[in-house]
Amino acid sequence: MNVWLNFLIESLAFGAVFMYGSTGEILTEKAGHLNLGIPGIMCMGGAGGCLVLNIIGGWNLPPVLVVILGVMGALMMSMLMGLIYSFLTVTLRANQNVTGLAMTTFGVGLMKVIMSKLDPTVYLVGPKKIFRWPFAERTDALQYLGVLFFVGVAIAIVASWVLYRTKVGLRLRSVGENPGTADAVGINVTRYKYLATCIGSGISGLGGFYCIIDYMASQEAYLSLEAFGWLSIALVIFALWRPHMTIIGSTVFGFLFSCSSYIANIEWITVTMAAKPLLKMLPYVVTVLVLIITSIRNKRENQPPASLGLAYFREER
Amino acid sequence: MSEQKKTAVHEPLFHLAKRSNISFGKAMLIRAVAILLGLLVCGLVAFLLIDKLRENPGKIGDFYYSFIKGSFTTERKLWKFLKNMAILQCISLAVTPAFRMRFWNIGAEGQTLMGVLGSITVAFYWGGRLPEWLLLILMLIAALLYGAVWAVIPALFKAKWNTNETLFTLMMNYVATYVVSYFLVIWVPSGSSTLGKLKYGKLPPLPFGDQYLLIILIVLLLTVGLFIYLKYSKQGYEITVVGESVRTAQYSGINVKKVIIRTMVVSGLLCGLTGYLIGAGLDQSVTTESVGGQGFTAIIVSWLANFNPLIMIVTAGLISFLNSGAAQISQDFNVSGALPDVIVGIILFFIIGCEFFINYQIVFRHSAKVKEVAK
Repeated sequence: MNVWLNFLIESLAFGAVFMYGSTGEILTEKAGHLNLGIPGIMCMGGAGGCLVLNIIGGWNLPPVLVVILGVMGALMMSMLMGLIYSFLTVTLRANQNVTGLAMTTFGVGLMKVIMSKLDPTVYLVGPKKIFRWPFAERTDALQYLGVLFFVGVAIAIVASWVLYRTKVGLRLRSVGENPGTADAVGINVTRYKYLATCIGSGISGLGGFYCIIDYMASQEAYLSLEAFGWLSIALVIFALWRPHMTIIGSTVFGFLFSCSSYIANIEWITVTMAAKPLLKMLPYVVTVLVLIITSIRNKRENQPPASLGLAYFREER
Repeated sequence: MSEQKKTAVHEPLFHLAKRSNISFGKAMLIRAVAILLGLLVCGLVAFLLIDKLRENPGKIGDFYYSFIKGSFTTERKLWKFLKNMAILQCISLAVTPAFRMRFWNIGAEGQTLMGVLGSITVAFYWGGRLPEWLLLILMLIAALLYGAVWAVIPALFKAKWNTNETLFTLMMNYVATYVVSYFLVIWVPSGSSTLGKLKYGKLPPLPFGDQYLLIILIVLLLTVGLFIYLKYSKQGYEITVVGESVRTAQYSGINVKKVIIRTMVVSGLLCGLTGYLIGAGLDQSVTTESVGGQGFTAIIVSWLANFNPLIMIVTAGLISFLNSGAAQISQDFNVSGALPDVIVGIILFFIIGCEFFINYQIVFRHSAKVKEVAK
């Protein structure tokens, strides 16, 4: 296949990791919660899915069931993390930054402990082929576009539709903008915050699972997951809090992140070793630029939710 | 709202009220209970994760003893514990001024790393060519400069265009990481990207006491200094006012932009200084992991201490104690090196959660009535 097309597809597939992560984070942020625990939650999602695959490895289940159970494992684990986060920040009104950072410390650590106990020949080798259906036999970049990739794209589009085209989405956004007003209108602020955070965490967790089992599909994959989690938070800004924009944004991120290895193959561009870290820096620099430009333009629809990061206590109004 | 309708009919079973003040002893009791509960949950999680413990549940005593063993049983360990605590304390001090202003600087990791890079850059290029004392001074200046520049960039944009500082500083951490790996590629031609220990630019230890004593004393001095700066100086007062309410600050004639930028410079300088202590005082080298996530832990330490530099000694001590204790456990029980993160994470959840019970009280229907009668 053409080098460029190959590159594009790989960027898409790589980007899907961030796409999951940031779609989940957008839902959470729209409810007014800056969840810095996303890296940890993605890690735990990956660990949960792999744990289930490791258990059911010897059962000879039909492929569909393997996929469903794996996804369920990832969802359960990451939503549990989301539940801890929302209990601490919504019910106990703890500081969101601090709670999120603690979630990341905890999640990344626990994932490493769990993954070191699992057997990659069981959770990875067999399931990898199943998850990469229908392109498992391809040797070019198409092999990465497995089941979970398409699920991810679908989730991003549905999330956008729910947020911007439905009543539930409108209410959720109002909770993130001004919980006091939302409460006065009769919206159950606590319920919306809990649901958005837990569902968002579940989606992010799937991203971690996708990264380990499908995109990277190696037993060392889990070690780089934390960095991808932070990139997902960056992508939220890049996508201007619109889930469907994460599809484009994640491709750009994937492109920027993997271009350092691709550019080396193109003969008319010479890259020194020193340029590689600079190329890898690009996604973060671009995010900073987007952040600056949106704040200078100061258009209301491109701003973070107004009450992002603030706890809501009804009696404080 | 349905709940409000209910109140008209009958009072809910309990409601939350903000505590106006709580006695110091009671607050401490709540925290102690939270930590104990956290340790208990750690024990339970340890049963799930550590095979040796499951085979032999009697070893649970050893599990808890390892916590103490990690920091206190030998003099060597004690000094190491104090050193780790001092470095963590120093970064926590660095983030504090900005936090008191409600400027959520979560970029201490990157700012400190740039400080390490600054001092090592000087040592790498001029080491051996300049007298050691001059080299050390230049290293300090470079570290301070790098740290301050890294901190002031987000502050400038915050002051001018109100750019979200949390996300900006977060991104700057990763930019810093790749700046470091860029220089490592340039400096180490072999391609391994690991810079060995440099021969020059080592902060000499004090003529007496342990090799870490100098670092510990410097941090102690800084702690007291920052406490005085925040509590008694005019600039410290301005920081508090901006933190309480930007509008109030504007009406009372405080130049908010100037305060934001100046405070972030102070934060950056302190981060740079920590980087110097790491670079010149301990490692004589730089890696992308030189700070090792302590920039993030420091945020938690500072918050737990309610942004008070003196209380921070306790919280930094607690976190360092848990860290080295958990590291001892993973060594004694032969489990993955990531276990400390799990244990610290669990205990942090409990400490973070318990703050709620210090700030709010749960008033039950019955007890509220009793109070009214008493009035």
